[in-house]
Amino acid sequence: MKYGYYPGCSLERNAAAYDISTRAVARTLGFELDELDDWNCCGATEYIAINKLAAYSLIGRNLALAQQQFHANGNGHLAADGRAQLIAPCSACFLNLRKADRYLQEDTKLRDTTNEALAAAGLHYDPGTVFVRHLLEMIINDMGCDEVKRHVTKPLNGLRVASYYGCLLVRPRLGGELSDAEYPDELESLMKVLGAEVVDFPLKTHCCGGHMTQISAEVAYELIRRLLQNASEYRADVIVTICPMCQLNLDAYQTRVNQHFGTNFNLPILYFTQLMGLAFGLEPKAIGFGKEIVSAENALIKIQRSLEPAATPAPSRPRKKKDEGLPMPRMPEDEEVSA
Amino acid sequence: MEEITVSIPDIVKPKLRFLEEVSMATPGVSRLEMCIQCGTCGGSCPSGADMDHTPRALFAMIRAGMRDEVLQSNAPWYCVSCYYCMVRCPQEVHVTDLMYTLKRMAIREGYTDHDAAPDFSQTFIGYVEQYGRSFELGLATRFHLAHSPLRKVGIGTLALDMFARDRLSFVPTRIKGMDGLHAILEKAKAITHDAELTGGTQLL
Repeated sequence: MKYGYYPGCSLERNAAAYDISTRAVARTLGFELDELDDWNCCGATEYIAINKLAAYSLIGRNLALAQQQFHANGNGHLAADGRAQLIAPCSACFLNLRKADRYLQEDTKLRDTTNEALAAAGLHYDPGTVFVRHLLEMIINDMGCDEVKRHVTKPLNGLRVASYYGCLLVRPRLGGELSDAEYPDELESLMKVLGAEVVDFPLKTHCCGGHMTQISAEVAYELIRRLLQNASEYRADVIVTICPMCQLNLDAYQTRVNQHFGTNFNLPILYFTQLMGLAFGLEPKAIGFGKEIVSAENALIKIQRSLEPAATPAPSRPRKKKDEGLPMPRMPEDEEVSA
Repeated sequence: MEEITVSIPDIVKPKLRFLEEVSMATPGVSRLEMCIQCGTCGGSCPSGADMDHTPRALFAMIRAGMRDEVLQSNAPWYCVSCYYCMVRCPQEVHVTDLMYTLKRMAIREGYTDHDAAPDFSQTFIGYVEQYGRSFELGLATRFHLAHSPLRKVGIGTLALDMFARDRLSFVPTRIKGMDGLHAILEKAKAITHDAELTGGTQLL
């Protein structure tokens, strides 16, 4: 299986853990991610607040490039219906690309003017030729939980996981998202086949505050507090997320939220692909562990894993005394077994 | 019957009702006209309590042609884009998309000149227009120095935590096709500018 891949700006650095764990999981599950050449920013939630046509043209360039690279020559990227498949792991990128494709189909004036702008760089996009999909939806529907289960070698037994969806994958409903806009359950199903203990998390599709941490911090802190509180009430060891914005807000601002409300939340926020990688037996460092601000070390210990590769023995202090004691008595049976 | 001719001065732009103007400027089909004032939107909004007018009230005000009051409202700027209102609306009004339209109108008509929120958006896209990708360190530094210098100590420790984990880059990534992207965005802005002059509401 081959898919076009649109990592998005966050996955380049801030959410690198998501990118490397996604690529690692793809290798294990045997699907190929072909990165869109020279992709640009999707505009996040900012460009559309300033200039509609510029915002659609910015997104349109990515769609036009995807049409050119993945649709024009096929190359094994096509879905059964003939559309080229483009996978976005970031929920904001996913929605921007998906929504632009949809509205460009509905709004002919917007389509024509967007193409007029794209023509300035010799590009053109035919709405409906690129099928934008979120990574989680693709893994659930194309790979399936049974296939994922086949690759689990180190199940996450005993790890209590709160599955957090956030907003932009499940809402608005533009077709091809998860099962429900408010109570989807795909992420929980996936966590279960990894061996994790899924806890109830009623606020699983509530908002993390988005860019409000920058603009009006107190508004965002309250939204983040509700989520952390809810996951703590259900005694979650970790919150698993599918979006770099959610990860950043809940992880990087957790200390700030604690200071603001006098709370002491200590919940690691991990990408779902990192937990998949762990269950597939990959080394934590190779799937981005250690990049989270709220350390996931206790969670790793709980499932008998650690950040350092298991092969390297812990350095021990040199002992002053020779610790050679008397030789242990050996029974003849032992030798037979080892021989 | 004798034909009556009325001369219209060139400077008079087509006078659309405010409701039509907002609806037409929204990408796709906004369904704003379908609002039945049930209030499900405001009741579903995580930041509804901070808004001076809930979306429901705002839509009634739009219908009443209260242009100034609507464009001065803080509601669109408190919208966190969670889309709860949009999936719960019994009339399938594209509430979130309409909030973005109101933001664009408020900025264009000079209602938000010194506000932090539009400046954040502007700073964010400034880097995108220059490099083709977003640049978090530049954005955080430039925005917080301008708007909340007292907070920069707190932001500084956060930045250090991010640096320590290699999660912030000192330099932005520049895409190869920057010239092409620049040409595309300039063309888009030129089309938008023409639409502003000629009253082409649908393009704004």
